[in-house]
Amino acid sequence: MELLQLIIGGLANGCIYGLVALGFVMIYKSSEGVNFAQGDMMMLGAFIALGLGNSDQMGLPFAVAVVLAMILMFGISWGVERVVVRQIFGQPQFALVILTIALGFIFRFVAGSIWGYTPLVLETPFAGQNMRTGGIVISLSDLVTIGVTLVLTVALWSFFAFTRIGLAAQAASQNQMAAYIVGVPVMRVNSLIWGLSGAVATVAGVLYATRGAIDPNIGLLGIKAFAAAVIGGLGSLPGALIGGLVIGVIEPIAGRYAPGELAKMSPYIIMLIVLVTRPGGLFSQIHMKKV
Amino acid sequence: MKLLEIQDLSIHFGGVKAVDGVSFEVNEGEIFAIIGPNGAGKSTIFNLISRVYTPTKGNIRFEGQDITGLKAHQIAGLGIARTFQNIELFDHSTVLDNLLMGRHTHRTTNFVEDILFLPKVRREEREHRRRVEQVIEFLELEAYRKKMIAGLPYGVRKVVEIGRALAIGPKLILLDEPASGLSVEETRDVAFWIEDMRRDMGLTVLMVEHDMSLVNQVSDRVLAVANGRPLALGEPAEVQAHPDVQAAYLGTGAAA
Amino acid sequence: MRVVFKTSYDPDIDLHEHGHSRAKIAILLAVMVALPFLVNDYYLAEAANTLIWSLAGMGLMVAVGHTGQVSLGHAAFLAIGAYADSALMSAGAPFWVSFPLAGLITGIFGALIAIPAVRMSGIYLAIATLAVFVIVEELVIILEPITGGVGGIMAPSITFFGLSFDRYGALENFYWLCLAVVALVTWGYANLLRSPTGRSFLAVRDSEVSARALGINVTRTRALAFGLSSGVTGLAGALMGHYIGFFNYELFSIFVSINLLLVVTIGGLGFIQGAFLGAFLITAVPQIIAIMRDNLVSVGIDLSGVPGLDTMIFSLILVGFIIYEPTGLYGRWLKIRTWFEIFPLARRDMFRRQKSYLKTERMR
Repeated sequence: MELLQLIIGGLANGCIYGLVALGFVMIYKSSEGVNFAQGDMMMLGAFIALGLGNSDQMGLPFAVAVVLAMILMFGISWGVERVVVRQIFGQPQFALVILTIALGFIFRFVAGSIWGYTPLVLETPFAGQNMRTGGIVISLSDLVTIGVTLVLTVALWSFFAFTRIGLAAQAASQNQMAAYIVGVPVMRVNSLIWGLSGAVATVAGVLYATRGAIDPNIGLLGIKAFAAAVIGGLGSLPGALIGGLVIGVIEPIAGRYAPGELAKMSPYIIMLIVLVTRPGGLFSQIHMKKV
Repeated sequence: MKLLEIQDLSIHFGGVKAVDGVSFEVNEGEIFAIIGPNGAGKSTIFNLISRVYTPTKGNIRFEGQDITGLKAHQIAGLGIARTFQNIELFDHSTVLDNLLMGRHTHRTTNFVEDILFLPKVRREEREHRRRVEQVIEFLELEAYRKKMIAGLPYGVRKVVEIGRALAIGPKLILLDEPASGLSVEETRDVAFWIEDMRRDMGLTVLMVEHDMSLVNQVSDRVLAVANGRPLALGEPAEVQAHPDVQAAYLGTGAAA
Repeated sequence: MRVVFKTSYDPDIDLHEHGHSRAKIAILLAVMVALPFLVNDYYLAEAANTLIWSLAGMGLMVAVGHTGQVSLGHAAFLAIGAYADSALMSAGAPFWVSFPLAGLITGIFGALIAIPAVRMSGIYLAIATLAVFVIVEELVIILEPITGGVGGIMAPSITFFGLSFDRYGALENFYWLCLAVVALVTWGYANLLRSPTGRSFLAVRDSEVSARALGINVTRTRALAFGLSSGVTGLAGALMGHYIGFFNYELFSIFVSINLLLVVTIGGLGFIQGAFLGAFLITAVPQIIAIMRDNLVSVGIDLSGVPGLDTMIFSLILVGFIIYEPTGLYGRWLKIRTWFEIFPLARRDMFRRQKSYLKTERMR
């Protein structure tokens, strides 16, 4: 029973890792770069929702605040791509890694300057509501988290698999020049994907905030989400979610049955094991270069 | 004497038989060409010899030694050098450094000696440089010695790659489409160099080539392949006259 | 522009093509040696700090700049070096034994990590090093008997041949010690780059497939490069421990890893000089910010209430460099020098970057 309880909490946590990981994967799918600021985008999204929704701030209704925050973050991420990231178009992956690490610090500074560094709580309609079935307590926020994540993953997966823009984005990541030549507006598609990933990050941030207080440093959760994306294989959306769930579930179980420090290491140990055995992740997309 | 013996060589990628039961021998001092339409498996044969791929079946012998089980980096040390179809040079180094990298199999110093730059390292460097200068002179690359690869024209890069293979000091050199993308004049230079490699350096040359004028001019024997299977083996004129080869090139019922 | 008439291959093999550049290095070294007599203790300590960062930067440069292995976890090697050195000294080993051993231990650890990581590249390797970093950080907390756990430990004071090299008691000596280490490592690094080993690093960075065709064992080369890289970083870590004096795991945070990456990218990837320029920048900027802050207070603007301003300014500098000068400070300097050398023949488009398109790195 206790194990089941841990697993449900872990699944909900894992969903949040998975959502942040989805952001990594989207950007990786479209430009083969990794956005190290994804965790900080999640943080910023959560703070914007908090700023719009909390009664001592703007005091908008929760749903309105969340939707507005998503739209704002879409705009901010889209703008960041247009103004900053686009400048290094065509440079090696490494440049984007460094650039986005720096962007993450800037986001953190901005959030810290506006909302301070003391933890704040987002007011949500489902705070503290629990359901009890057969000795297990399931909080409403866990259920919402799991549900929203599943819907978003399916939606994003369909977006990349079926829509013209989604397919164009994938084409652009394989070979920018070739994509250009066949008429894919590579730059515009990239901006759009960044915008979308900002919106997804906001959802992740809000869901995270329903489960506890937030401060500008929660973006560091991005590192764990990163491990999730890597376990899944960086190029696969369902893989990202599965990676997130694996980490989410293992963490509390390790915390229960193993010494504390080992539990903290567990996501990374799993990731290293996956990387060593399957260097491209579980859903690998790496192929041999033809010579 | 037989330098390279290939027996029943096959590799399957999934269900695709990229190379299927190819056998041939290359004699010492011979210039041997493999021809065939695109996708016939010519480059795959090269990749099998240089151990980029592991064959599904068959074996490769060099100087009588079975090399099928060796690792890719152990091939150069035996005296087998190769070039690549789509130039694989070290773009951010100079021509001289690229050629010096070809001398890797001849180094006897370890990294500690290198870091301390003992007199032994300097002596070896001088020797590497002397050998590389011979290659530079042979291929007339003097003007490009200190130039970065990234800024060089295609034709020059192609020659630098041949140079890097020669710097290994090989017994057998595998040239993967040495004339592709070159002008008529550059192709003529390549033809002279190939002949000189045999005459002056005593090399055996195995090449994959599309340019039939180059093949006719330099090669002693030709193997034609299509769909991974051997079609004909013999003198250039003889192979080209072979009905199966003509069918393969014209695309009517290949390998029938 | 200087034209050197060569009559043998030796000038090409030498570290310096002509006496002119040899003299420049000698003067620089002389100034550095004389520094304790020229500046006060505060700046001397900063200079020692800069030297330590240069050392760590050179360590990372071997991996990132010369073998193309991006590491986000080099702070872990700083930590291993620092703790190994302190532990060995506490166990009674003299500094001249513990210090090289600390480098060796860190180097072996790095090489061991690199062997399984060798199949990974690019982003995946970067992430794996990040994971290793987190694991090492937790290990530091667990291994309390050696590391002092969360509480931290005091780095033992350095004395050998009866001389004190304590950072507080004998700062000049400590500075000279750092200088000697940095000078030796720089010399070794420069030697490495002109030798077959260094060339094999570059070969592995630029094309694995043709490196193999030339007989280079890619796995071993990458492990060696990563081992050397972490070894040198370990040496820097040991010195950093002595420099800070009392430290715990927080000295080697993820931000230190990122600062190190900053050092090599801002300095100029692939150039030894870049590590020094980057280290100078990263130690000087906080000082400049502090001075600016004091001056702003006198005109009525108080920024002391804004935490994280340093990091913010660093980040902006970094963004600027990545966008406008990806070759770093050293790359910019080379351009300026060329401009003067060929004056007035420089053209605006001479250094224009070629438009490049990212090709997939999924194909290897």
